[in-house]
Amino acid sequence: MQKKLAIGWFTFTCCEDSSILFVELLNEHYFEWKKLIEFRHCKMLKSINQFGPFDVAFVEGAISSDKERKKLEKIKHISKYLVAIGECACTGFPSAQRNNFSAELQKEIKPLIKKFHLLEKVHPLESFVKVDERVPGCPMDPNVFLKTLDNCLKKFKVI
Amino acid sequence: MHKGNFDINMNNLSKIEGHADLDIKVEGNKVTDVKLRITENKRFFTNAVRGKPAIATHQLVSRICGTCSIAHLTCCIEAVEKAYHHVPSYQTLMLRHLSLYGLNIRDHAMHLYLFCLPDLFGKDSLLDFADEGYEHDLVHKAFDVKAAGNKLSTIVAGRAVHAMYPVPGNFVRIPKKEDLKAVAVDLKKVRAYALEFVDIFYKCNFEFKEQEPEYIAIKNDDFSYLGDQLCSTRNYCIPEEQFANHLTRNVIPYSQALGFKFEGKTYIVGALARMNLNGGSLHRKTREDVGSAFRVFPSDNIYHNNLAQAIEIVNCVDRSLDIIEELEPKERKSPVLKLEKDSEGVAAIEAPRGTLYYHLKINKLGQVTYANLVIPTAQNQISMEKNVARLVEQNLYEGKRKREIQYEIEKLIRAYDPCMSCATHFLRVNWL
Repeated sequence: MQKKLAIGWFTFTCCEDSSILFVELLNEHYFEWKKLIEFRHCKMLKSINQFGPFDVAFVEGAISSDKERKKLEKIKHISKYLVAIGECACTGFPSAQRNNFSAELQKEIKPLIKKFHLLEKVHPLESFVKVDERVPGCPMDPNVFLKTLDNCLKKFKVI
Repeated sequence: MHKGNFDINMNNLSKIEGHADLDIKVEGNKVTDVKLRITENKRFFTNAVRGKPAIATHQLVSRICGTCSIAHLTCCIEAVEKAYHHVPSYQTLMLRHLSLYGLNIRDHAMHLYLFCLPDLFGKDSLLDFADEGYEHDLVHKAFDVKAAGNKLSTIVAGRAVHAMYPVPGNFVRIPKKEDLKAVAVDLKKVRAYALEFVDIFYKCNFEFKEQEPEYIAIKNDDFSYLGDQLCSTRNYCIPEEQFANHLTRNVIPYSQALGFKFEGKTYIVGALARMNLNGGSLHRKTREDVGSAFRVFPSDNIYHNNLAQAIEIVNCVDRSLDIIEELEPKERKSPVLKLEKDSEGVAAIEAPRGTLYYHLKINKLGQVTYANLVIPTAQNQISMEKNVARLVEQNLYEGKRKREIQYEIEKLIRAYDPCMSCATHFLRVNWL
């Protein structure tokens, strides 16, 4: 029986552009990936999801609340390999744009930061967990993603 | 029938764009509370654009939403052009139409075929479709339609997500006629598939009727996504610049998004609203070929939003083929936009999920000083909550179990095609 790569796809603070691009890559790769990948957790594709364990967790978005930080740490704990997807996950930006707001703008948004229990600063994933690989870009570079996925399939001896 | 009091808590609703939770309180078979909590963390775009050069703002607001990025970008560009009193050329308008048709084909296809189609087949996911036969064939066709929309946006606007070519007054790279003709071949191929999906959604018997129906959309005579006038199905029309004056913002304390009412009443935007208002102006070939599905409209069945999107895909294909046939694209120099005094611009366009509104104020240095955005999902939020409450009560009366009710709720919310990424980034600080 064909061994499959057990993956989870998660998003945090971002516009989900890389998730959309991933869904667009399915146009070309769906039937090939279906044979090689077990989509154990992918909220965009299924309602019944399993929270790990994962060979690889693909994580899009920056971390802007303590709730997100805790969930990211859980994902890391149940994943053998973690890939940061897109610019927000890799560098925090553009979701971290409020980190650079002027004092006046910071003051304006402060009540909302407090009300919704957001972190003072928005962070890339590596502020909280070890990131094994990165697919940068806004949205992610599709060719780097395809290469990264190929590496993962080889690393976990699926191909 | 269920007895007594209980709660339904659904975390992280699936097969929608973005993050949302739903809490429902039931007391004695009556729904006493519904909270649709849009849980995306805010990124403060309306604050972030202040002080930025107006002519480049479209690239920043594109990052509000991955899937609707071309809609945000286009609406922002139109608002900037209005502030600068610049009227775009015919070619620019045609390219804008094409990029929006590409967006709607791709975006509707994602929503209909990936998120909703499994519900029609009693499956959880497209991944559960059979590896051969009819279901396998449908999956192929679904991806082919989506790919054609993606290709159209890529050729015209640079990419399907965060497009690089559209700018105020122009497209910085003009597509070659032969590239457009190549897209036309793909569009002609997938047209038949898109019609097949219209038939599938037409035959779907899901029904949930809106009780206080009011639908709002841009009214036009070519069923495009651009126009200057917004109309309600209550025979009420206003120029786009007055739209926000008729809205009441409803603070939803448990959600990171606002809700809106029009003239104090709940309303619905999106493909269903567009079909109810503009159905008569569909492309002639679309109208002929979708057959009986066209005669379903006007409709108050929320699930007909799916059918309306399926028909819109065919219309987008037909309109695009006409433009590609007729347009002879030529390189054009971008206009130099200058202001002698502070100005402002208002634009409304139809995004895939409904009317999107931008109001920008720009100082004479060309910097944005104020931004107010009204987005489709926020406009539908109040209707969604009211109808979820009614749906739960109906299902309780029919004796359905909690798990079945949860499934019905997700299905109904999916029919609205909400986009939570868009919905959360416009809270202004004065609502607290």
